[in-house]
Amino acid sequence: MTRGVNVPGDHSFTTISGRTVGRVYSADDLQDIDYARDLGGPGEFPYTRGIHRSGYRGKLWTMRQFAGFGTPEETNTRYRALLAAGGTGLSVAFDLPTLMGRDPDHELSQGEVGKCGVSVASLADMETLFEGIDLGAITCSMTINGPASMIFAMYLVVAEKRGVDWTRLSGTLQNDILKEFIAQKEYIYPPRPSMRLVTDVFSFCAERVPRWNTISVSGYHIREAGSTASQELAFTLRDGIEYVQYGIDSGLDVDTFAPRMSFFFNAHSDFFEEIAKYRAARALWAHAMRERFGAREPRSLMLRFHAQTAGVSLTAQQPYNNVVRTALQALSAVLGGAQSLHTNSLDEALSLPTEEAATLALRTQQIIAHETGVVDEVDPLGGSYFLERLTADLREEAEASFAVIDAMGGMVPAIERGYPQAEIADSAYRFQREVESRERRIVGVNEAVSEATGTTPILYIDESAAERQLARLAEVRKRRNPALVARTLDRLREGALGAANTMPLLIDAARAYATVGEMCDALRDVWGEYVETPVI
Amino acid sequence: METARPRPIRVIVAKPGLDGHDRGAKVIARALRDAGMEVIYTGLRQTPEQIVTAALQEDADVIGLSILSGAHMHICPRVVELLKQQGLDDVLTVVGGIIPDVDIPRLNALGIEGVFLPGTSMQHIVDFIRTHTRRHVDTVE
Repeated sequence: MTRGVNVPGDHSFTTISGRTVGRVYSADDLQDIDYARDLGGPGEFPYTRGIHRSGYRGKLWTMRQFAGFGTPEETNTRYRALLAAGGTGLSVAFDLPTLMGRDPDHELSQGEVGKCGVSVASLADMETLFEGIDLGAITCSMTINGPASMIFAMYLVVAEKRGVDWTRLSGTLQNDILKEFIAQKEYIYPPRPSMRLVTDVFSFCAERVPRWNTISVSGYHIREAGSTASQELAFTLRDGIEYVQYGIDSGLDVDTFAPRMSFFFNAHSDFFEEIAKYRAARALWAHAMRERFGAREPRSLMLRFHAQTAGVSLTAQQPYNNVVRTALQALSAVLGGAQSLHTNSLDEALSLPTEEAATLALRTQQIIAHETGVVDEVDPLGGSYFLERLTADLREEAEASFAVIDAMGGMVPAIERGYPQAEIADSAYRFQREVESRERRIVGVNEAVSEATGTTPILYIDESAAERQLARLAEVRKRRNPALVARTLDRLREGALGAANTMPLLIDAARAYATVGEMCDALRDVWGEYVETPVI
Repeated sequence: METARPRPIRVIVAKPGLDGHDRGAKVIARALRDAGMEVIYTGLRQTPEQIVTAALQEDADVIGLSILSGAHMHICPRVVELLKQQGLDDVLTVVGGIIPDVDIPRLNALGIEGVFLPGTSMQHIVDFIRTHTRRHVDTVE
């Protein structure tokens, strides 16, 4: 539904998601919106205007730059540089073999070790990755899903060996397998046993690692795969609802685990639609938690989120333009009240970022934080006729989408029938056709095109990182106690066959220096692997 | 012109390696299909062996590889080598994804002329395939 005033011929004005927008909005467009019911003040239900009464006055967002490449030594060096440059949290990017639960010496890992993230095969690698970094003093985000529990087990053992109590650990495990089936496709097991691994982390952390964010329910990858803003919002929030339902079904009280759930959204290019998306997300979550699940704890109702600027919006052409795109996208996330933010580097349509490019990306956040003044007021765009209409419309669309998915029996059945996958593929193709026909203009691509001049310096990962990782892994396999490894893996298989929580079993295996691949294989033996039917 | 075969250009769109980012592969698959080509999408995580076997079985004219993980210099030479072994060196192989500039001449040297970076238009890829397909002649003047 389009409100706002339009005159004939105005209908070609659409957001990047294809939403038609009016020429001008007024109080007439907000007649169905009630301030107390639909917005609330900052820090008040339903948190549309933000979860904190004081916004960024009390605390800025965490500037969390996602990084990882090559070997654990190389990435450790980058982490120390990021912390020294004023970064306030770490975020680990793992390589594809690790993300898929394969060791560097597996045949499918050839050519991929250390390429788009850091290779972590065993506890030895995790110890090196965090060498010289106080795990009790930083917050650490780990972007891993299929083998999330295995990697988290290793992190906990590193803390244990350093004498850092688990109750002091703070950070986030992405652990969002549903969006892997929907968008990013880094799954291992079929959906249902995968959901058990997730709820095992919920209950383990509720008891043992209480400050840890057990999941980052992610719209980022859904959007990168081509969804609209509206689909990103609806599918992500409905994924969140699915996790809560599974948690409750596994016997947990909603208020014991929901406060530690967090979210992760894309900060794309359509400025106001993005801000509206974050505001709508908070209201949708607060209502869903209270009305569907009867949550009472305020922290269960508050949607906290990380944002990352849109990788997919970066262009290989005129790469310095990406600095400007990223700054504007980051500004939308800040105006939308993000708790944590990653800004992409200018060279990421070409390769992983160089250190110079990564530093410039961090500086972009620091300029927004310290020079623009946008952090001084809470929700400064609240009350804008246009923004409030967009926020309300996005909420209504998401509610309608929830109803469709509820009717399918929830997100797991919807995924099994390929529903969100097909919706996203359609949107991706529509967008590409709009770019092709120049209905949608992208500077440097189909507008203001210029001949390439010079080359951009890039980070080139050669095969030597893989060779060093293979040597390290061989050394670990030689030095550990093979009988102990075999015993912990046998216990893991037995536990998975029954109803035991898998976390303590994985921690035992990590202590014995079992590898990510070995732990994942033990569970593959029990649960099998997921094979998707591709939807074009 | 050698043999004029009255069938559309047949393309294998493949995702080799561990990378699951399939947006580009799926968009291109649809674009080629809308341009009148026959498209077989292999799905994710195909080995070079599986891709070349699919090309042989499907009598493909073109293989389009989508690689965003940085493993292209490992995968592409292997695909080209296997095509040669199978006597399929006339199959046009193109690749799209996150490819550093320095690798483009190396890929060209393997005989992979079509290297498409982010921002390449679908029409450009369609035109490239139409003008470079060697096995198929009815759309080529």
